[in-house]
Amino acid sequence: MIEVESITKRYGSLVAIKDVSFTVEKGEIVGFLGPNGAGKTTTLKIITCYMPPSEGRVKVDGIDCFEDSLAVRKRLGYLPESVPLYREMTVRRFLRFVAESKGVEPKKRQKEIERVADTCGLSKVTNRIIGHLSKGYRQRVGIAQALINDPPILIFDEPTIGLDPSQIIEIRQLIKDLGEEKTIILSSHILPEVSQVCQKVIIINKGKVIATETPANLTSQLQKSTKIVLQVKSDSQPIDSIIERLNNIPGVLKVNREDHNGTLIVETDQTKDLRPQISRTVIENNWDLLEIKLHDFSLEDIFLELVTKEEEAS
Amino acid sequence: MAGFKPVYRKELYSFFASPTFYVVALIFLIIAGYFFFSAVSYYNILSFQGMQNPMWREQLNPTEMVLRPFFMDISVIMLLVCPLLTMRVLAEERKTNTSELLFTYPLSDTGVLLGKFLATLSVLFIIILGTLPSLIYFGTLTPLRWQIVGAGYLGLFLLAAAFISLGILASSLTENQIIAAVIAFGALLLFWVIGWSKAFTGPQMARFINYISIINHFENFAKGVIDIRDVVYYVVFSTFFLFLTLRFLESQRWRG
Repeated sequence: MIEVESITKRYGSLVAIKDVSFTVEKGEIVGFLGPNGAGKTTTLKIITCYMPPSEGRVKVDGIDCFEDSLAVRKRLGYLPESVPLYREMTVRRFLRFVAESKGVEPKKRQKEIERVADTCGLSKVTNRIIGHLSKGYRQRVGIAQALINDPPILIFDEPTIGLDPSQIIEIRQLIKDLGEEKTIILSSHILPEVSQVCQKVIIINKGKVIATETPANLTSQLQKSTKIVLQVKSDSQPIDSIIERLNNIPGVLKVNREDHNGTLIVETDQTKDLRPQISRTVIENNWDLLEIKLHDFSLEDIFLELVTKEEEAS
Repeated sequence: MAGFKPVYRKELYSFFASPTFYVVALIFLIIAGYFFFSAVSYYNILSFQGMQNPMWREQLNPTEMVLRPFFMDISVIMLLVCPLLTMRVLAEERKTNTSELLFTYPLSDTGVLLGKFLATLSVLFIIILGTLPSLIYFGTLTPLRWQIVGAGYLGLFLLAAAFISLGILASSLTENQIIAAVIAFGALLLFWVIGWSKAFTGPQMARFINYISIINHFENFAKGVIDIRDVVYYVVFSTFFLFLTLRFLESQRWRG
């Protein structure tokens, strides 16, 4: 659906993105992940035909963004990062302008406005002036304008930034629902958001793509060992004694002290679950076992690992 | 040309929703009203004198004594007011990032620009037409040749188009509205006063300067003369600056 072929964008002497390539298949929700200033917004602006790349090309639905930009723009709904809106307009007037701009037929405009207002939970505020709305509602107006004329591809640049937690959950749910029939690219620097919503993650750092995978694959690829977190307690014995015993269990690779409250992180062989042996060892040595759990390798760890690896290499 | 109609309607809405339009219109009409009042008062005094002196009576000419100075006065007010209307046209879109919406909708740049240009022109012309009731009232007191009034308003329309095209170019250069207004005012003033320098240049240069000067071409309209050369001048002037604006918008996006 979207093919990005080795695009580079330079702002004067500054290279914002370098040789970025990826494809997005129809119906996918793709997370576009990276620290601030990694080139996420630049890439999205190029896909949406807002600006041309310095090198390389982008095809949407087989159409080149540069050669027939109007045809590409018809297929896209875009929510820019700063959620720009015409603040002096009412919600209804603004959506009507968007419908006119996107070429919705005059007879269908009213219906289309009702539809997106309904989807985005805006029905109660359609007659209010956008500038007077709260940030959460403005965000929804931003999403609503992207949905007008039912484009098959949606591009959201940091859609949940600056919202309160309940609004974030609502917007994520909305995006998930939309993802059932549309192709969505979602940029974010918040990792749980991406792991919750997206089927594929593209990690970008310093203008380069450093990984393209599903969240699950990324985890298993980078996970070299299983981590078990446990908390133990003893009034008489020093903590080093139990660490030594745990180290002696076959399959345990390393035991680290996490803090002074007796929390330990045990790294073990990936293939075996050593929790029974560990808990038995603790109790047999007269320690109290307060907690034991498997530590999930979160996207956060992967992200950090990828980004820092990249930095070490360069 | 996709984009002309929605953008034209949006711009009109924005103008009428903003206080700027009403303040500008009010000031414009107050000053125009004052100029009209002084022109008519002067004509009034001369008419009284004409009653006593038949020689003068024949020289009394409402076109020459009221209409012409009135149209010239309006052109001066337009010089002051135009940058205030054009300054926000593109600068505001850039400042608030709404240009990102505008240029990712399936609208052509030409359509967007023409929509904005014609909306601003319509708004300014609506303000200018606010002066028409004074002339109609004057027409009930003394016979006026309405063709001359028509020529005057046609001239104002073309002059407004030229002013606005230059103002929009200034607005595309910056995201600061004040700077846009200052650039527009400075550039317009320069095109205005350049005609004054013909007194001390060679004859070749004087002809050129005379042709470039934005206000020289208006003087014919104010007299009630429609010369096709003047019309061509304003059309070419507006087209040229709109074309420059279009190129400028494109290059801005190339540079990011």
